[in-house]
Amino acid sequence: MSDLNTAMIERYRTNFLKEVEANVEEGEWVKMCMQCGVCSGSCPLGKFWAHPPQEIFMMIRAGKREEVLSSDSMWMCTSCYNCIVRCPRELPITHIMHGLASYAKRLGLVAANQPTAKFAQLFWNNLMKKGRVNELKLGLALYFMNGFGEGIKIALKKQKLGMNMMKTGRMNPMEILGGHAVKDLSGFQKVIQKAQELEDARIAKHGA
Amino acid sequence: MAVDKKFAGYLCTGCGIGERLDAKQLTMVATREGKMASCKSHPMLCSAEGVQLIRDDVAAGNATHVMIAACSRRAKMEAFNFTDIAMSRANLREGVIWLRPEGDEHQETTQEMADDYVRMACAEVRFMTVPSGSGEQSLNRNLLVVGNGVTAMASALEAAKAGYGVHLVCDEGVLGGVYKDLYKRVPFRAAPPGVSNARTAPLPQPEEPGIAEMIAEVQANPRISVHLNAKVTKTSGAPGRFSADISTESGGTVTENIGAIVQATDYKPYDAKRLPEFAYGKTPDVVTNFEMEKLAKAANGGPLKRPSDGKEVKAVAFIQCAGQRSEQEGHLPYCSGFCCTESIKQAMYFKAQNPDCDATVLFDDLRTPGAAGEDFYRAGQQAQVTFSKGKASEVVVEGGKLTVKFKDLILNEDTAMECDLVVLATGQVPNTGPDPYAQLAVDEAPTEEEKEAARRALAVAPPSILNLDYRQGTDLPQLKHGFVDSHFICFPYETRRTGIYAAGPVRRPMDMKQAIDDAAGATLKAIQAAENAALGAGAHPRVGDLSYPTFRKEGCTQCKRCTVECPFGAINEDEQKYPQFNEARCRRCGTCMGACPVRVISFENYSIETVGQQIKAVDVPDEFSEKPRLLVLACENDAYPALDMAAQAGGSTISPFARVIPVRCLGSVNLNWITDALNSGYDGIILMGCRRDDDYQCHFVRGSKMAAERLSKVGDTLQQLRLETERVVVYEVAITDVQRVPLLINDMAATVEKIGMSPFKF
Repeated sequence: MSDLNTAMIERYRTNFLKEVEANVEEGEWVKMCMQCGVCSGSCPLGKFWAHPPQEIFMMIRAGKREEVLSSDSMWMCTSCYNCIVRCPRELPITHIMHGLASYAKRLGLVAANQPTAKFAQLFWNNLMKKGRVNELKLGLALYFMNGFGEGIKIALKKQKLGMNMMKTGRMNPMEILGGHAVKDLSGFQKVIQKAQELEDARIAKHGA
Repeated sequence: MAVDKKFAGYLCTGCGIGERLDAKQLTMVATREGKMASCKSHPMLCSAEGVQLIRDDVAAGNATHVMIAACSRRAKMEAFNFTDIAMSRANLREGVIWLRPEGDEHQETTQEMADDYVRMACAEVRFMTVPSGSGEQSLNRNLLVVGNGVTAMASALEAAKAGYGVHLVCDEGVLGGVYKDLYKRVPFRAAPPGVSNARTAPLPQPEEPGIAEMIAEVQANPRISVHLNAKVTKTSGAPGRFSADISTESGGTVTENIGAIVQATDYKPYDAKRLPEFAYGKTPDVVTNFEMEKLAKAANGGPLKRPSDGKEVKAVAFIQCAGQRSEQEGHLPYCSGFCCTESIKQAMYFKAQNPDCDATVLFDDLRTPGAAGEDFYRAGQQAQVTFSKGKASEVVVEGGKLTVKFKDLILNEDTAMECDLVVLATGQVPNTGPDPYAQLAVDEAPTEEEKEAARRALAVAPPSILNLDYRQGTDLPQLKHGFVDSHFICFPYETRRTGIYAAGPVRRPMDMKQAIDDAAGATLKAIQAAENAALGAGAHPRVGDLSYPTFRKEGCTQCKRCTVECPFGAINEDEQKYPQFNEARCRRCGTCMGACPVRVISFENYSIETVGQQIKAVDVPDEFSEKPRLLVLACENDAYPALDMAAQAGGSTISPFARVIPVRCLGSVNLNWITDALNSGYDGIILMGCRRDDDYQCHFVRGSKMAAERLSKVGDTLQQLRLETERVVVYEVAITDVQRVPLLINDMAATVEKIGMSPFKF
């Protein structure tokens, strides 16, 4: 259990709803849910979730901290925005789901092999280097996400696809050598740095 | 009187009547067979010129009884509005040409249909007299309002604003009723338009209750006399001339003359002692929503403390639907409709005082009726009240801690929460007098078990509130769960006692704001009743009708059926045991007329004869003509308009052998008409009335039920006559059954074709 998690448990004790309000992006909205269930019914992947959004909101109010934060439900969200469009109370449900995922990660509560979490990290790392996603490298990183042997297997399986993409000019093999960056890379990095500062300040305000 | 009758017929040939039908033939039928002294035609009788034609004849003294053959009696009512003459209408437009297909092959039967309608209208008008009203009373601009609470006060204030005097009878020492301990009230208005759904949107908050201001306003109003600690010990008379004895606790009695009455006695809080599972009575820390208001009022914005040890409440649970919406013995089966918003409000008391206090509302369905409802729910959520969809099963008391056990209905698990205080959202029990038909229910219960249940209900009946000096009991009749009978959609406020209106939670559960609005509605109805009574005119639904029932005393056998069956308790008994009609209490439905076995009851313009003669006037061809005759007696409130609308909509056709007669209510149908019709060779009879029983739509409440009861015995008559029982059918018809009504008539035509013609044709 991370130190941060322990600190948070100590700080909010029984009131998980307040913890969510303070620490989760758009968490202040959770209390406005009226439990109609339209979000759960609208979610195209809802049946694969352990807890659809309606239940997640109910669990937050019922103080089920561990169950919510270690759940993989919010990682299942594909950002289709159906729930936001349909919510009669206009809750930004998709954003809350990502906020919960992000908070769970900060607290170190995400399961070790959560694939969406892993992919998100690879995507972020890739993006940060050049300010744009290097698809060749990201693809390869995904192939080898679960070890070298598996990576080779997948690569061989996808060989034909790769060749076709190269033939039609959809993928440039030269991108493996560093790849091209956005026009103003240092500007991009400044933007990210500023955003990180703002986020750190926000988190610091709530003591985490 | 009879010697003065001057009959005149008028035929309109407009709207296609002239093209589709043989006008010459119709004129001949009216004069030769219908015995009209004349029958004038006009191409558009409802035009100013056409109406003038009739008026001129009336003015010249040539017409006192007028037969108009044109459109339905429900059309062009403004044009054909003659108050000083008797009038009948033959329905040739909606009744004939619009319900019959064109074409030569149909012409003969369609014309015969029209001829019959003219014969019928002539026969009807010959037996009518001009209604003149009884002139029994003058205008009495005083209302009696019974009740202690906001509903009664609102009613009194509304009446005073309309210029009426009010006697407000309150059986307690102070006004205010169930809401006198209110700390704050649920807001009356929703957020203004344009307020967003944002979580920080400014939403309506709990308001000052306003009860003290209302009491002051009532007491300061010169038109309102408040009678405190008082009861109505006797009410007699009729709308426009009620006499009420108001007795105070100290023993004094005053008698007041009253035009109409509003009963606004609100409700009694449900007795939470019936909820031992929630530990009510075991610890003072389990309170009802009513007791919670007292706690909040005592704290007056300071820390809310629990009753047992004065400790500040840190966690409170609200159990919704406590003893409500449950079929369990001793519980209320209905939703009281005010407790959800009350609990939201009370949870906000805790949050306003201490935002760290956990306030949890355990609900099954959160229902927030009223203008502010949904916005107020959001206001509660903004204040971080926790709303959990869960069903509480038990409250456990252990060492000063309360544990509420409940099933979380979203997460589908049994769970529990600890708290310092539990508030039970208990419901409303209507504060009504004894059901006047409770004794009748005992007498008429079909099984011994039901008889016993009815007896138990009678034994625990509450004391009377109105003490009506009516043959049919002391108080307003009830429909379900002890609420005063008052049709919730079509005619709210109306009760089964004319001139007495129910306002507020006595007629259905409701919150304070709705009760105040309800008071305005009921008060206006009461004022209408008083004003109509002064004119000798009927109240809803035959507003303005001047006719009223009279009876031929020498023929009366004192069987008392009319006094028992009148849905409105209008008929008392005089010293000689004869019925005594109170015309102002009468709604003109004719249920008494339908009930009378010796046919001595009649109205001036509606009687056994006016309908009976129409039945006889129809030309019944012989058995071998292949032209059967179907009699349709259709309620003028729903079935007849539905048939008119089917005609107006087009596309429907009915059998040319049907002859439709509108009746005021199926309750006015006398079995004599049925036997007469069968004896004179009708092949099928269809009776169309409104829906009856608990979810009735009958405008006279019990009329269609009475008719159904009487007609259940018509099978015996048919068997005696050796006729097939399928020849008489009774249908419940709603005004929306536009497509169904023609089909029902055609069904009977098919039945007659199958079983054959009646052998009773001469």
